[in-house]
Amino acid sequence: MSRIQSVFERLRAEGRKALIPFITAGDPSPSLTVPLMRALVDAGADIIELGVPFSDPMADGPTIQRASERALANGVNLERVFETVAEFRKHDGDTPVVLMGYANPIESLGIDAFIAEAVRVGVDGVLVVDYPPEECGEFAARLRDKAIDPIFLLAPTSTPERIARVAAQARGYVYYVSLKGVTGSASLDVESVAARIPEIRTATGLPVGVGFGIRDAQTAKALASVADAVIVGSRIIEESERSTPGDVVSRVRALVAELRGGVDAAGSLR
Amino acid sequence: MKLPYDLPDASGHFGPYGGVFVAETLIAALDELKLAYEDARRDPAFVAELEYDLKYYVGRPSPIYHAKRWSDALGGAQIYLKREDLNHTGAHKVNNCIGQAMLARRMGKPRVIAETGAGQHGVAAATVAARYGMQCVVYMGSEDIRRQASNVYRMKLLGADVVPVESGSKTLKDALNEAMRDWVTNVSDTFYIIGTVAGPHPYPMMVRDFQTVIGRESIEQMRELCGRQPDAVIACVGGGSNAIGIFHPYIPCADVRLIGVEAAGDGIATGRHAASLSAGRPGILHGNRTYLLQDDDGQIIETHSISAGLDYPGVGPEHAWLKDSGRAEYVSIDDAEALEAFHALCHFEGIIPALESSHAAAYAARLAPTLGKDRILLVNLSGRGDKDMHTVAEKSGLSF
Repeated sequence: MSRIQSVFERLRAEGRKALIPFITAGDPSPSLTVPLMRALVDAGADIIELGVPFSDPMADGPTIQRASERALANGVNLERVFETVAEFRKHDGDTPVVLMGYANPIESLGIDAFIAEAVRVGVDGVLVVDYPPEECGEFAARLRDKAIDPIFLLAPTSTPERIARVAAQARGYVYYVSLKGVTGSASLDVESVAARIPEIRTATGLPVGVGFGIRDAQTAKALASVADAVIVGSRIIEESERSTPGDVVSRVRALVAELRGGVDAAGSLR
Repeated sequence: MKLPYDLPDASGHFGPYGGVFVAETLIAALDELKLAYEDARRDPAFVAELEYDLKYYVGRPSPIYHAKRWSDALGGAQIYLKREDLNHTGAHKVNNCIGQAMLARRMGKPRVIAETGAGQHGVAAATVAARYGMQCVVYMGSEDIRRQASNVYRMKLLGADVVPVESGSKTLKDALNEAMRDWVTNVSDTFYIIGTVAGPHPYPMMVRDFQTVIGRESIEQMRELCGRQPDAVIACVGGGSNAIGIFHPYIPCADVRLIGVEAAGDGIATGRHAASLSAGRPGILHGNRTYLLQDDDGQIIETHSISAGLDYPGVGPEHAWLKDSGRAEYVSIDDAEALEAFHALCHFEGIIPALESSHAAAYAARLAPTLGKDRILLVNLSGRGDKDMHTVAEKSGLSF
């Protein structure tokens, strides 16, 4: 059983939903990434999504693009991201880490080298935003062979046929994008999300995470009552942008603790 | 050489290149576009209306002109110019914009968006949006807005909103990222008019199809003018839409060399250039796999060219395929050589070419003296140079 699967099993037994925060590796600085990851766990994160910076993050909004630009300016590449995960794993052998990024840096390193390094440092899942299932069959199969979960996105516009095709390749959880748009967008319609989730559940037994547009404990609670996991990215990066190097860890910890409260106020896993 | 030329395949691939490398949020929109385009291209009424507008609105066919004085001065092959600069809006870009705007209308999308670098595609998109009564938003890097003030004003006159893009390098690639974000957010009422043969399938195929009117006309016109086809067809390549437009109908003509000319900027060796096919390696950007200018970590690097229209770190996937297959050759011309050809065309022919097209002209000027006087080179003069007055004047130490 993968670490991600174990987390969802445990939460289900406890009657709770998962909180999955996202930060970009190397933002605001490489030396703060591991302390931030540990603070996320302290504050109640179940799984961490760690962004791999890319120069052209087409599916992200301005907030995550800025984080990516800062990380690149700090010299962060995949090698540094793997070092970061290895460092985190020295003190935390339980919390799953999902790398989230774009295809080009991975192909540039080479798919074999990427997977070998991911296995070596203890990465649990990989979400490549611009790899739809049609374009990454071999990559996803090789991840699965190495017990790393390929995570895929589903959108409000995904047809039932596509949901089935994505589900066939996916492991760990599926990431439902809660609105049309890019990460960090403003408006979120909980009812329309709730309306789509049963359709996803008929196609896959995997847990359904919902992200894009979650800004506070209230939206976290509302989504946690319909989904299995709540994914928060831009809001955390905004908090870090408002902080100083001295208080960024404590401010992010406080925000994630508040989101945790929201998630726990919702009902239990189905 | 015989190529199996029914590319791209059903999934949008040209061999290992092309494809649909986008987030799930865009898949449905691309599927919808693919179906709508397949339907439109088979509809005689759509084709007839497109032909009507190309004739009476754009002014097609564009002539082919024998640049005799310049050819004589060079002392070798005869150079012929396909005059896309004479199109309405002053470049080949409008051929594609009309096609896509008609498709947008057919799909019931009242709002069109576009990205632009130098502003030529933005102007063409704003023009056809006005022509068809559509709302138009153009994304443009703030750095490019500063460099291309007159085109920004043209777009505004035509009723378009020009949105400055402040992210990344603040140039064309960032404008494309931003346009994609708009599309993902407003996909139900918005059509994204991509200006070149890049992006996810079906864009590289669709934009090519709309631009092949250049090559189809050329084949007929060369037969009439010279009684034969040229020895080589030469076109500049940024994203590659004017080049694919003239190359594609010539692909089965094995005797015709196809030569794409990239921007070498300050010189390939300086690293300050935009020659993705000559100096890049394959990767994934903007929805397709193709040759890219990237660093060792796979991050896209900033490009440089005197011509904003060639200043792009990628290239259409079909060019990547044509390069690997050997059917087309790709060379590069630096800023100085392009400027020299720009001045030569002004001087010998009374034609002010776009700096983009000057790259193709410069390669013809390099090649012509090595060939006999009975040989024929056809250069795609993809645009006129009015937009480049400031750049050229600045290079000569003048300012307006």
